[in-house]
Amino acid sequence: MKLINEEIVAKRMPTRLAINSILKGVFFLATIFGLLVLGVLLYRIFTQGFGNLDLSFFQNFASRKPEEAGVKAAFIGTIWLMATVAPISLFLGVGTAIYLEEYARKNRFTIFIQVNISNLAGVPSIVFGLLGLTIFVRALALDRSVLAAALTMSLLILPVIIVASQEAIRSVPKEMREASYGLGATKWQTIIKVVLPAAIPGILTGGILALSRAIGETAPLVVLGIPMFIAFLPRTVFDTFTVLPMQIYNWTSRPQEEFQHVAAAGIIVLLVLLIIMNSIAVFIRNKFQKRY
Amino acid sequence: MKSFKFMALTAMMSGVMAFTAACGSDGSSEKNGGAADSGKQLSGNVAVDGSSTVFPIMEAISEEYMAEQPEVKVSVGVKGTGGGFEKFIAGETDMSNASRPIKDEEKAGLEKAGIEYTELKLAFDGLSVVVNKENDFIDHLTVDELKKLWVDTGKPKKWSDIRPEWPKEEIKFYSPGTDSGTYDYFNEVILEEQPIVSNATLSEDDNQLVKGISGDKNAIGFFGFAYYDANKENLKIVKIDNGKGPVEPTHETIKSGEYEPLSRPLFTYVANKSISDKEQVSDFAEFAIENAGELAEEVGYVKLPEEEYKKDLEKLKELQK
Repeated sequence: MKLINEEIVAKRMPTRLAINSILKGVFFLATIFGLLVLGVLLYRIFTQGFGNLDLSFFQNFASRKPEEAGVKAAFIGTIWLMATVAPISLFLGVGTAIYLEEYARKNRFTIFIQVNISNLAGVPSIVFGLLGLTIFVRALALDRSVLAAALTMSLLILPVIIVASQEAIRSVPKEMREASYGLGATKWQTIIKVVLPAAIPGILTGGILALSRAIGETAPLVVLGIPMFIAFLPRTVFDTFTVLPMQIYNWTSRPQEEFQHVAAAGIIVLLVLLIIMNSIAVFIRNKFQKRY
Repeated sequence: MKSFKFMALTAMMSGVMAFTAACGSDGSSEKNGGAADSGKQLSGNVAVDGSSTVFPIMEAISEEYMAEQPEVKVSVGVKGTGGGFEKFIAGETDMSNASRPIKDEEKAGLEKAGIEYTELKLAFDGLSVVVNKENDFIDHLTVDELKKLWVDTGKPKKWSDIRPEWPKEEIKFYSPGTDSGTYDYFNEVILEEQPIVSNATLSEDDNQLVKGISGDKNAIGFFGFAYYDANKENLKIVKIDNGKGPVEPTHETIKSGEYEPLSRPLFTYVANKSISDKEQVSDFAEFAIENAGELAEEVGYVKLPEEEYKKDLEKLKELQK
């Protein structure tokens, strides 16, 4: 007796192959769809905005005249925001992750914290804006400063950084910790010399991706009351500032068509900044992750 | 492959550094400012917030002012008329832009906070009622017809409901969002606190309204004059008849007050204490009034008659004492 009825198999084969190739096509289309939309978007932005991109675009402040409008205040403001958010959020985020993974006992309280961190990641950004307005802008009287905005943005991206850092720390093999203890190292020595170096690629990748979310956000800053027009640069973290997404939002809402083109140029600058940050994240991951 | 990635990355990073360096060197291409040279260099902050409709005028004023007083740091926000007043009441701003007069509850809030204020007019805006370019039957509407169009009756409206000779096609409505001063103003003079048609498309972004109306044959909508002015070739303006014959909004009819009832003044409110205590705010406010007319025209609004600015200046002079 034959185990396989070759006749039936041969009969069914064409349908199976057809289904296979149809589904392959469908999934290919699904992949292409996102890329296609992105392509159209990029094409439109680049054709509209490229003409406005020159050195003076970076040297001029915003202006009522489209041809003189530039991103100086917004670009430098974004860099300021990034430079302030990064240390705050990384210190708090990695600190929390180390505590939760290495020190805290697995009891109800830590589970409660864990669940809430995951919940916070899903809270709309505008809510963080309201929180920042009440706590940092008003209660701590930081006004509309770089610091107030940076603290708000840090809160916004903290959950992402914490979760990414926890994953990274958790993925360090147990054997490495045990070897360290076996050599007589204390817990702190083990964390700083063994666990963190091994986890750093994961932590940085998550951190940079979170940071690029922070510099693309507008809603919380609008709620904080960060101004749309300024013609000076911040000198300390207590000065007020503006950022690229706000500047772009302002330009797109103008009636004159020329401002739409200026907005497109602003979008290119923001996109390039985001691509650079994401590439650094990819680079760090590829470069360092193979060490262990 | 790896080395290519690395090179691309280095190239991008050095690009950014070049940008940053270029920005660091202060572009000292200051334009020579207009009037009001006090000859004295002032410093300090001027915090302005409020209506997004008034923003382009304030932006233009600050831009010119910075050329004259580079050490004064003017910041202009766009929290909206209502949001701006909220900050003004909290004492966080020196000036608050508004596309409608201050409301009673806002007055009460300021009184409670002990903040005295002065109202200054900057320019006129004419709310423009527009329809699709292909709409060939509408030439003008009376104020009553506008009311009939926009007040909600609970059922969809056809053009023939307004005038029987018009087509029996359903009207599509486009209006600025309810948070905007533009909506508030329309609400006050046309809707008179009755609800707006329930199937109206509301958007905070006026460009969205322009796109909607220019793409829909049966559309009607309204927004600030500047948006009509910039999109003239895609839209058809509707003349408004307030009992004295149909009037089209133009710079002249808005300025003379002929275009009613939809032309509205744009304001900024200054805190009296800021004027008397902070020299830079006082100087900025003066500069604003002296240049508002010309700059407002440049960004698409309409100048007030000269006397209005004179009156405002006198008010300011009174406060500066």
